Amino acid sequence: MTMNSKSLYQEVILDHNRKPRNYGTLDHPSHHAVGHNPLCGDRLDIALQIENNHINHIAFQGESCAICKASASMMTTAVKGKTCSDAETLIHEFREMATGKLDPDYPHHLGRLTVFSGIRDLPTRVKCAILPWHTLHAALNAISSVSTESGNEPVQNAPGKA
Amino acid sequence: MAEVTSLTKPGMNAILDVERIRADFPILNIKVGNKPLVYLDNAASCQMPQQVIDRLVYYQTAQHANVNRAVHYLSEVATLEYEKARRKVQHFVNAREDREIVFTSGTTDSINLVMHGYGRKFIKAGDEIILTTLEHHSNIVPWQMLAQEKGAIIRVVPINDAGELDIDAYKKLFNERTRFVSLIHVSNALGTINPVKQLITYARQHDVPILIDGAQAAPHMTVDVQELDCDFYVFSAHKLCGPTGIGMLYGKAKLLEAMQPFKGGGDMIESVTFEKTTYAATPHKFEAGTPPIAAAIGFGEAIDYLCTIGMDQIAAHELELLTYATDCINEIKGAKIIGTAAQKTAVLSFTLDGIHPHDIGTLLNEDGVAVRTGHHCAQPIMQRYNVPATSRASFAFYNTKSEVDALMAGIRNVQKVFL
Repeated sequence: MTMNSKSLYQEVILDHNRKPRNYGTLDHPSHHAVGHNPLCGDRLDIALQIENNHINHIAFQGESCAICKASASMMTTAVKGKTCSDAETLIHEFREMATGKLDPDYPHHLGRLTVFSGIRDLPTRVKCAILPWHTLHAALNAISSVSTESGNEPVQNAPGKA
Repeated sequence: MAEVTSLTKPGMNAILDVERIRADFPILNIKVGNKPLVYLDNAASCQMPQQVIDRLVYYQTAQHANVNRAVHYLSEVATLEYEKARRKVQHFVNAREDREIVFTSGTTDSINLVMHGYGRKFIKAGDEIILTTLEHHSNIVPWQMLAQEKGAIIRVVPINDAGELDIDAYKKLFNERTRFVSLIHVSNALGTINPVKQLITYARQHDVPILIDGAQAAPHMTVDVQELDCDFYVFSAHKLCGPTGIGMLYGKAKLLEAMQPFKGGGDMIESVTFEKTTYAATPHKFEAGTPPIAAAIGFGEAIDYLCTIGMDQIAAHELELLTYATDCINEIKGAKIIGTAAQKTAVLSFTLDGIHPHDIGTLLNEDGVAVRTGHHCAQPIMQRYNVPATSRASFAFYNTKSEVDALMAGIRNVQKVFL
């Protein structure tokens, strides 16, 4: 039996949970989406200010577990200043990592986000880590709200439905 | 990580010989990682003793055929054993007749059966159905579906901060349009034991049929449907040491007879032509298709097992665990019990300041402690307490005080991680 939760709850994740970066709202967001995981009640609000295809500002807010909040916090620091297509690459790679399809030993752009790689061994928690990325994807593509349990979204394919 | 040292010695408990009982449950010996399993998710599903496992194996090994059909030996044996299981359920709840016991796939199926069989036949536009804030989704959604279809109205009994029903509000909900009451005996999310006798008596005085969802009551206390005088009583086998996929509906004979069938098919008919079908008598009218025969027989065996231990002894032991666990968690700073009713089963729903229940659940699992985290299929209760979710430890008769200690040590470990 794989037991990776201790290695998952490591200092960097706990720190982002305690002091989430870019936490709050934006005054005039150009893009915005709300993500929801009805299974655990997690709710995330993500606002972006995008100019010339660059993410100038990003902020998030919401009620969630430590995994979700830390994932959201680290995501905002990772995509801030990047282009939308760079962000989409990170979204894709993060999802692949969380569902165990990306080998962190091969080249990728995730950097410190690999602290979340252990989540693939906790199938019931994969959605917690993915929700912020899923919501960011929705915001970038002008979808105003997403749910981990609705029928037509990519997280649906993640293993281990909680 | 701190080792758990218990103040209680094995066999010290005067009410039950828990160590001997635990020997009946092979699964309780498994390890989670390198920690012994501490199974405190009994309200979700209870574990199965060897006696029931053996009974299932024996049935499949020596007694299996389809029921109510052929004249050959095995079919007769299987039918006999299946009906014997029905009588065990009948005696367990003290129903007057065995035809008042319908086998279903579980509590949810039983409630849906009553909704379709009684509700769709007798409830009309403008009629009112009384539910309570404490209901599990399985006792909300079917009635909402009915209300939507018929234009009926759902009325909800509120609860106080302790998680107890407001009895005066309940009484005030009754009027000349009230047609049905469906309410939970014991709250799965909080453990509140409702004063069902009083609630049933009041419904009776208004001549309104009442269903009691006993999913969380039947495993923990003596249930006597004649004494209660309810119209319907429902529960699942897997919460009382039986198999999944089987449950029961008790209904007063005259109500079951008046109801329409829920599912059509084989076994539920008297005669079929393409012009007209006449239905079998109750309970077979409600048991279309081949039933889960082995599961029903396992259900009967589980009842025998519980009765050998004694429902009153079970209740007394579990109350002792609840009292001990409540005292222990009240010592933990930042922990808050959700649901503090005066009358409770051994359910401890709690929150920890600043820590999300899902993080609690994942970290407790690291210590081998299995609890449920989430909304417990009772979102209206979570809304009432303004929490997204809780962690819930739910105890069974095979749990021990040292397992309560393990839970508390686990909770302190979780708090250390989030310090």
